[in-house]
Amino acid sequence: MMNEGSELSVTIAQIVQRLKGTHLHSQLEKQAKECLHRPEIRLESIKEDVRKFLRATGWERKLQNAVYRELHILPPSGHPEAPLEHTKEPLAYMRKAQASWEKRILKSLNSMCTELGVPLARKRPVLEQKELTSKWNEMGADEPDLSKFRPVYAPKDFLEVLINLKNPNHDHSDGLTARSHWGLIPISLSVRDVPQLREAYPELSLSCSQLGIDDHAHVPPDLFESEHIRIGKKVVDEQDSAAAQQYSRQGSPTGLRAQLWALILNITNDPEDVAHYEQLKAAVIHHDLLVDNLIYKDVKLTASNDDYYFVFEDVLYQVLLCFSRDTAVLEHFSYNSATPPKSYIQGKTGEEEFAVVYPPNVPLLPCQMGIVCRLGVIPFHGFSMYVAPLCFLYNEPCKLYSVFREMYVRYFFRLHSISSSPSGIVSLCLQFERLLQIHLPQLFFHLQEIMAQPLRIAFKWMVRAFSGYLSTDQLLLLWDRILGYDSLELVAVLAAAVFAFRAENLMEVTSLASAEAVLADLSTLKVMPLLQIFLFANVI
Amino acid sequence: MCTVRWQACLCVCAYGQHLAGNHIKADSNHREGRSCVRYKCSLMNTVLDVLHQRPGWVEVKEDGEWDFNWCDVGWLRENFDHSYMEEHVRICHFRNHYELTRKNLMVKNLKRYRKTVEREAGRLEAVKCDFFPLTFVLPSEYHLFVEDFKRSPGSTWIMKPVARSQGKGIFLFRKLKDIMEWKKVKICSSNTDCTRSDEQRDEAQVESYVVQSYIENPYLIHGRKFDLRVYILVTSYLPLKAWLYRDGFARFSNTRFSLRTIDDQYVHLTNVAVQKTAPVYNPEKGCKWQMQQLRRYLTAKHGTYVVEELFKDIDNIFIRSLQSVQKVIINDKHCFELYGYDILLDQDLKPWLIEVNASPSLTASNQDDYEMKYSLIEDTLHIVDMEGRLTGKEKRVGGFDLMWNDGPVFRENAGLETLGSPFQTANTHLGGVNDRKKQLRQLLKPFPGQKKV
Repeated sequence: MMNEGSELSVTIAQIVQRLKGTHLHSQLEKQAKECLHRPEIRLESIKEDVRKFLRATGWERKLQNAVYRELHILPPSGHPEAPLEHTKEPLAYMRKAQASWEKRILKSLNSMCTELGVPLARKRPVLEQKELTSKWNEMGADEPDLSKFRPVYAPKDFLEVLINLKNPNHDHSDGLTARSHWGLIPISLSVRDVPQLREAYPELSLSCSQLGIDDHAHVPPDLFESEHIRIGKKVVDEQDSAAAQQYSRQGSPTGLRAQLWALILNITNDPEDVAHYEQLKAAVIHHDLLVDNLIYKDVKLTASNDDYYFVFEDVLYQVLLCFSRDTAVLEHFSYNSATPPKSYIQGKTGEEEFAVVYPPNVPLLPCQMGIVCRLGVIPFHGFSMYVAPLCFLYNEPCKLYSVFREMYVRYFFRLHSISSSPSGIVSLCLQFERLLQIHLPQLFFHLQEIMAQPLRIAFKWMVRAFSGYLSTDQLLLLWDRILGYDSLELVAVLAAAVFAFRAENLMEVTSLASAEAVLADLSTLKVMPLLQIFLFANVI
Repeated sequence: MCTVRWQACLCVCAYGQHLAGNHIKADSNHREGRSCVRYKCSLMNTVLDVLHQRPGWVEVKEDGEWDFNWCDVGWLRENFDHSYMEEHVRICHFRNHYELTRKNLMVKNLKRYRKTVEREAGRLEAVKCDFFPLTFVLPSEYHLFVEDFKRSPGSTWIMKPVARSQGKGIFLFRKLKDIMEWKKVKICSSNTDCTRSDEQRDEAQVESYVVQSYIENPYLIHGRKFDLRVYILVTSYLPLKAWLYRDGFARFSNTRFSLRTIDDQYVHLTNVAVQKTAPVYNPEKGCKWQMQQLRRYLTAKHGTYVVEELFKDIDNIFIRSLQSVQKVIINDKHCFELYGYDILLDQDLKPWLIEVNASPSLTASNQDDYEMKYSLIEDTLHIVDMEGRLTGKEKRVGGFDLMWNDGPVFRENAGLETLGSPFQTANTHLGGVNDRKKQLRQLLKPFPGQKKV
């Protein structure tokens, strides 16, 4: 067991390593060099004076924000002898389950390739490249024939996988009991109950003001809203990531949200970010991926059909097509339990070689002209809804892309991969079930009796972090708190709160279909009162 | 269900009549109200549903006497002048509403109003009237138009028939030769003015047009152009009393905006009627955003202050456009009118008045739209107040906020503290929260003949 001191120095070393060579690093060096000319820098106290200068000009704050960001995505520290894989995901059976799930997805993708006769990757002829460049801003105008493509998987397929997780250490010797079939998730992870949640989310309590409740039309703004906005402006002026995160726990004002989120996620729009996006755009122009068709289909089926998000169709393509080629996203796998197996394919001509992440024992389709793709995240049905709400806040594709990528890398990926993380979908499902079982046992029992397992209904909400189910303004209030608390836990709590809210109607239904109907429309729900009542107003 | 209701209404009506001779005198502060209202309705859409379901209201057919008429403008034109209406009777149009709603007349009235403002209050004030694009009435102002056209070469103009709606007959052009053909057919040339007979001239001028400077830099949301539909209810012109509805919507063009394709009518016109026939229109989508959604989007992009200023500028358009026709419209206490204003935003977030409709479409494109229009009409009827339930001092009824009452209306109640204070805010909430049901419960007494719930 490492002692705290050496753990800290390892962390510091890791962060320093990551920040070396970044644009920020070179800017800091440049600033430090240039400030040497200034009169207040004295030779005898040069270190202190340069530090003072950097602090006064806001550069120290920028560095703080960058370090803060790194801390967010750093893998948990583990035993120095443990392989990286084990520190990413300590439970072996989880690692295995995720690996086999990924194999299944890739196999499915592969068989789609074979079935449809469409290559996994294809270099675009020059004419096509030109055409795509000219209509880069209006890709939604096309109506390609996507009928033969089907999504690789839908949330309910993923749910089946989770239901069938098995912990080999679990003793099944007492056979089938009422308890063993009380809920769908068969494994035990540590999830928080309401008393613990109350301690973890004090800013949501009844005695604390917040947006989504205390900015209601009938509440005079002087009581909370005006002051909160004033503080928000200060936070933005100070450009302090940590402060923004803390602030966001009480909600972000509509007029400041875009800036606050960018601050929390440390989106600086450095030249290197812009260059990275341009590179990805170039990759989209140069070759066409099978996955692109899946993206088109997903956008057409979900966002384009939505009353509010249809406007954003074009920019969704611009973001998602680039995202599917972004290998920097793969580095998040360093704390996801998934390790993409690598394999190299040589081009027929030997000239074009790309690494392909592919399990080596899955039969590979020979790709046209030897180009193979770097496969990153494979979208499932509804994936584009992770991006759609962000289009409300950010206009320029590059910034929107950076924000989405960071949100994916910090949060969204946990919603569709198997891990033991407290923000992971497995924990969220378990927490949802536990909360219902403990606080609404009658409802849970009733729904189980009529074969309407609550998780089967709530799962699709949680996988998308409620995007597309809540009205946009309510969704953004929820995501304020996800960012503020750096956790997806509230997604599970909200799902339970929704059931609690509609409990009366649900007790009357007699079939899964009617239960679904009661919970079909969440667009009128007010998120913050629901959470507040569930956590703080219920008798425990 | 309908028959039962009808019969119940008749019973109530009869009983009410028996009781109080068809009037209900509430206490002395309140207007006399009616327990039974006979109505006529020439529309077959949401309006009819609202009227059918209003307690105590009974439809009369054809020649029956009526207390309330939701008529179309055609009926009005033919019958208004020959109808005698008792004091309590209400009808949904003003006799010469076209002073505001026909494009050529609106332009004329606005121009004249602007001159008056400039003369009386100076240039700075007159600039506040510059919310309509440069417009010329054809054929009378053809030569003025050509002068201006030559002064700004390469700019785009839009030709609109004066009296048609739903985007019909509208086209865009950049070169005078594009309208030469059109001109030959539609306009008497100055040479032939004297030689043509009156009759011939009238025929040719039956359809007049306006030509307007086209707004080439509309505010786009992800490449799409949109305009705003806002509802204004006017219950009197002298003095001017106007209400603004909180809900409304932004109508999106289905395709991305580009000046390259002037011929593509579908891009430039955002009327739902036009979009409906466009090749990629999806009726399920509706291509509309609720006003609240638009307001939030703009606030997230530009901040609260900028958006508040924008909505103040939009308020300004309503008030000044109504003031410009105030003295021209024949005021009649029997009349009220629900207008549909079309507003366009440009990239600098300046709002422009495109058009005012006296008969805004009340047909719903989907369920949400139906509920909005249902509420809109219901609240209109609350304000018209055949039942005499209002005191007349209300600043808000359901989703309507009183915007102008012979003077600006402020949210804050007048008192010594607020006198002369610069911090008074206008009593408008366009795109704001519309908790009308709750407000109505607190405001209105039950319908006459109804038991209190």
